[in-house]
Amino acid sequence: MSTVSAVSEPGGASGRRGVARAAAAGGGRARRLLALHTALVYGFLYLPIVVLMVFSFNGAPPAPAAIGAAGGGLTAVWEGFTFAWYSRLLHDALLLGAVRNSLLVGAAATAAAVALGTPVALALARYDFHGRRATQALLLLPVIIPEVVVGAALLTFFGAVALRLSLATVVAAHVVFSIPYVALVVRARLAGVDADLEEAARDLGAGPWETFRRVTLPLALPGILAAALLVFTLSIDDYVITSFVAGVGATTLPLYIYSLLKVGVTPEINAVSTLLLAATIVSIAVAQRLLQRPVGGGGRRAGRTRRRQAE
Amino acid sequence: MPERAAAPKPAGRKRGRTAYALALPAWLVLGIFFLLPLLLMLAVSGGERELYGGVKPVADLGAYLRSGAWAANYARSCAAIYARIGWRSLWMALATTAICLVISFPAAYYIALLSPRRRKNLLLGLAVIPFWSSFLIRTYAWMFILRSEGLLNHLLLGLGLIQRPLQLLYTELAVAIGLVYGELPFMILPLYAALEKLDRSLLEAAADLGAGGAARFLRVTVPLAAPGIAAGVVMVFVPSLGQFVVSDLLGGARSMLFGNLIQNQFAAARNQPFGAALAFELTAAVLLLLFAYALYAGRHGGEEALL
Repeated sequence: MSTVSAVSEPGGASGRRGVARAAAAGGGRARRLLALHTALVYGFLYLPIVVLMVFSFNGAPPAPAAIGAAGGGLTAVWEGFTFAWYSRLLHDALLLGAVRNSLLVGAAATAAAVALGTPVALALARYDFHGRRATQALLLLPVIIPEVVVGAALLTFFGAVALRLSLATVVAAHVVFSIPYVALVVRARLAGVDADLEEAARDLGAGPWETFRRVTLPLALPGILAAALLVFTLSIDDYVITSFVAGVGATTLPLYIYSLLKVGVTPEINAVSTLLLAATIVSIAVAQRLLQRPVGGGGRRAGRTRRRQAE
Repeated sequence: MPERAAAPKPAGRKRGRTAYALALPAWLVLGIFFLLPLLLMLAVSGGERELYGGVKPVADLGAYLRSGAWAANYARSCAAIYARIGWRSLWMALATTAICLVISFPAAYYIALLSPRRRKNLLLGLAVIPFWSSFLIRTYAWMFILRSEGLLNHLLLGLGLIQRPLQLLYTELAVAIGLVYGELPFMILPLYAALEKLDRSLLEAAADLGAGGAARFLRVTVPLAAPGIAAGVVMVFVPSLGQFVVSDLLGGARSMLFGNLIQNQFAAARNQPFGAALAFELTAAVLLLLFAYALYAGRHGGEEALL
């Protein structure tokens, strides 16, 4: 799905003639209007996030007896800068436990998804086989079937096989929705790797495993790393499916945040949210960088050759 | 879609058994933890719930099937209260999709065709971040803004536009805002991907032939962007239909959506069979829609349009 193109097609091939041709696509006034509209759209996209982040540093005095009173301790007025809410996070044992759970689940699910998704990406990119289309469909379904349905189905399944809900069931669920993303991202990367290189390695006497280890894997590595980062982010952020399959004591960070939200808005939530958003932004930025890297790894020259081929 | 023109195409894909060995682990895991649960849920949807939330065992399957009792949950889902929630979800999803499309199209057009290169990369990067960020937190941001002591009310009070705080949070309006906000990046990106491929010389040709701005837009741009519009519509409409976080956090008692209904059956109501039936109705609707999309994309975008 275009989820993948969202990270794998950063600049595209155009822009080259961008400004020169722009006039044909829209006159001066229309163009300014569209620029204004775009600015407004981005304002709409980012203003809430920025407000949320800014107020995580707001030094509002904690309201007395705030427990249970929604919104206690957080006003919409700027009261001065503070790190108080962040330092308070460090003393919240429940939160730290949730962070630990999320990191564990994220790491395990990412490792499993990469181990399972990379080979299937290789199969789709390099081989023709019966069941190719079925495989593609199977990889697409977990992404497009609504999350509520996936969560409910997994809950039903774990109940039927009498598997007690725990962190392990959460990992299994996350692996399910992560495999497709790994397969799609890695496959897109492999599509950009010249299969002739593998052919050449084989001609030079490398066996299939050696070819994979010394040619395919290094070339696909940026894609695999990017996929791992994306999938880790998805795992850390997932609420819907996790809410169905997490057992007692398997509270992940989003589950914990949700439970706080149901009680009321507090500055600590702003602080956790800010940290989580920051982590997401960093890992997405790194993933984007990795995917923009020209295939062949040979730096500028390889990139230029490739671009020339494209034209 | 990630199939880039720049990619040197493999001369031809190999045949061989290796492919099966490579695909097998993923098949197994997805088969056990995805397909099997879905099938199991389909079976459960024909069952009846036990007093404490389990599923009543069926002694004689043949007789049970003939009796038509398996359809009870589906029949129940048509009752007025559930049907009303279904309609509301449908309307909300349609409205969300339409609003996202109207807001996103001009922005995607600007990014793809009019913005200078450096700015284009920046804008794209900025569109990708919310795409991958936590839906939960992005929804929370609106709780923070819309609540009675929140920023918006403060602003309006401060400007003297209102005398007492408005009830903005826990309303249908809040749910609508949350849905549009949450889904917007999923519309911008596919639209951008389609518009980016648009051959600008066609617009020039249309202009040379005397087509005005409106005519160029309606008769050249929109038809050429249609695959992106279709993809964006699917990517926004489908998740909106199954949404329950936004309505749970931003909505009140009366803004319950179909997703909440399903979630309730598995959580508070402990009626798995009924929840399973509802989940299947949603799945069927989604699959029908995707099937229509696949037919459309197959005609317009070649075999791997969705991938």
